[in-house]
Amino acid sequence: MLIQIRKRSDPRSSEITPKSAYLDYVSRRRFLGTAVAAGMIGSLPLPASAAAPKKAALQGVVKSRYKLDEPLTDTEAATGYNNFYEFGTGKTDPATYSKDFKPKPWTVAIAGEAAKTATVDFDDLIKPHQLEERVYRLRCVEAWSMIVPWVGVPLADVIKRFEPSSKAKYVAFETLNDPQRMPGQKSRVLDWPYVEGLRMDEAMHPLAILAVGMYGEEMPNQNGAPIRLVVPWKYGFKSIKSIVKIAFVEKEPPTSWNRSAPNEYGFYSNVNPTVDHPRWSQAKERRIGDSLFSAKRPTLMFNGYADEVAALYAGMEMKKNY
Amino acid sequence: MNADRLIRRVLKPLVFLLCLGPLAWLAWRAAGPGFGPNPAEFLNRFLGDWAIRFLLIALAVTPVRGITGWAGLVRFRRMLGLYAFFYVCLHLSSYTVVDQFFDWSAILKDILKRNFITVGMTAFALLIPLAITSTKGMVKRLGAARWQKLHRLVYAAGILGCGHYFMMVKGNQPEPLYHGAILAVLLGYRVAVWFRRASAARRNARESMRAA
Repeated sequence: MLIQIRKRSDPRSSEITPKSAYLDYVSRRRFLGTAVAAGMIGSLPLPASAAAPKKAALQGVVKSRYKLDEPLTDTEAATGYNNFYEFGTGKTDPATYSKDFKPKPWTVAIAGEAAKTATVDFDDLIKPHQLEERVYRLRCVEAWSMIVPWVGVPLADVIKRFEPSSKAKYVAFETLNDPQRMPGQKSRVLDWPYVEGLRMDEAMHPLAILAVGMYGEEMPNQNGAPIRLVVPWKYGFKSIKSIVKIAFVEKEPPTSWNRSAPNEYGFYSNVNPTVDHPRWSQAKERRIGDSLFSAKRPTLMFNGYADEVAALYAGMEMKKNY
Repeated sequence: MNADRLIRRVLKPLVFLLCLGPLAWLAWRAAGPGFGPNPAEFLNRFLGDWAIRFLLIALAVTPVRGITGWAGLVRFRRMLGLYAFFYVCLHLSSYTVVDQFFDWSAILKDILKRNFITVGMTAFALLIPLAITSTKGMVKRLGAARWQKLHRLVYAAGILGCGHYFMMVKGNQPEPLYHGAILAVLLGYRVAVWFRRASAARRNARESMRAA
C-alpha cells in the first residue's frame, strides 16, 4: 500500500482543483473566449523560446518529497516570461538575448570564512551530490507566480563540504558580471554584478537548493544557467542566477534590489501577504497561465512553506525586517 | 481638391483609422496568438504605453505647427487629444476590470496608498474636463480665452502621466526617461515661445513710449 504523508506546505486536498471543476473551468474559458473575443485567453507560443538553444536532459535525477498537486507552469511560459535584467528588462528579453550565452565551462569561487576555499569547476561542485527534482512555488515580488520543477542539490550539502567557520554568519552570492556575454549589463539598471545573500541558517535550510536544471533538462540560459539559487519561501529575486561566487561572511552582505530601493526590498524579502510592497499589494498573486478573466489567488505566508521555515524567524518583527 | 477638403475628406479619416491601429493589433493578438503568459499585465501595460504616447503626440501638435508653419495641423489636435483620453480610459478600465475585477475597496486603497497610482489617477481626473469641453459648442460657451486657460491642464496631465510611468518601473529603466525627455522638449518649446512673446511685447511697449 502506498501511504502518502502530506507535508503541511502541500496544498490541502480541498485546495486542489478537482478535475471536473477544472474541465468546467476550461469550457467556461472557451465560452468566454468566443463570447468576449475569440481566443483572447489562449496561451502564446513564444517565438523566442522556439529558437532557444536545446538543453540536454539531465541523467540520474531522483524525485524528491517536495512536490505539489498543482499543475506545473507550461515550460514555454517558465522559459519565456522571465526577470533576468542581465539580459534586458522586458519579460521576453532574457529568452531573446541569452541565446548565444555559453554557460560552460563555468567555475564558482568559494571564498570567505571557511576551512576550504577554492575556485571550483561546475562539475566538481555538483557531481558529488545526488540531483533531485523539487517542485516549488515561485512567487515573484511583482505579484505573479509559477509552479516549477527544479532540478538541483541541497545548498546545505554543498556548503558543508567547504567547512564554514563559526565566523560565517551569512552566505553572499554573486552573478557573473560580463557585459559582453550579458548584454543587459551594458545599461545600469542595477549596480552590477547582481549580489544576494542569506543568513547561514536560511542557507542551511533543506528547502534551499542550488538548481542546475528545470523540467528535467539543464538550466536554460534565461533561467540562470548553469547554476542558480532557489529559495522558495522568498520572493524570486532572492534566488540569484548564474552564480560565480559564494562567500561566507560575518556581516549581512549587501543585496542588489535592497541597494536599488531600500524601502521596497529588504534583505529578508520573505513572501508575506500581510506586508505590502510600497507600490502594490502582496496579498494576492496572478498564476502564470491563468486566463485574463480568472481571479487572482491569495498569496500564502512564506509562499506556503510556513511550517518548514517560520521557526527561522521566531520573534522577529516581520514588518520591520521585510 | 483644396487643402480644406483634403484635410476633411482624406487626412482626418486616415489619421482616425491610424489611431485605431493599436486597438486593431490588440484584437489580432486576442484572436490569434493571445496575450502571453501574463495576459492581465500585458493588456494593462500595452494600453498604458499607448495612452502616454498619444498624450505626447497630442502635445506635439502645437510645437510641430510652430516649427513647420503648417497651420492645418491644428485641426488634428482635438482628435489626437481625444484618442489620448480614449487610451487612458482603456488603460484604466483594464486596471479596474481585469486587474482588480471591480474590487472598489482595493482600488480606493491603491489610489490612496500607492503614489504612482495616485499620480496616474490625478492625471486621468485632469483630462476629464478637457474631454468634456472638447466640442465646438463648449469652446463657444466658455469663450476662447477661458477655454484655452482650462486646456493648459493638459501640461500637468502630461507631467503626471510621465511621472506615473517613471514611478511604476523597477530599477533604473530608461524608457520613462525617454518619454520624460520628449515631454520636456514639447513643454520647453512653449516656454521659449512665451518668453519670446513677452520680451517682444516689452520691446514694443518701450518703443511706443519712446515714440510718444
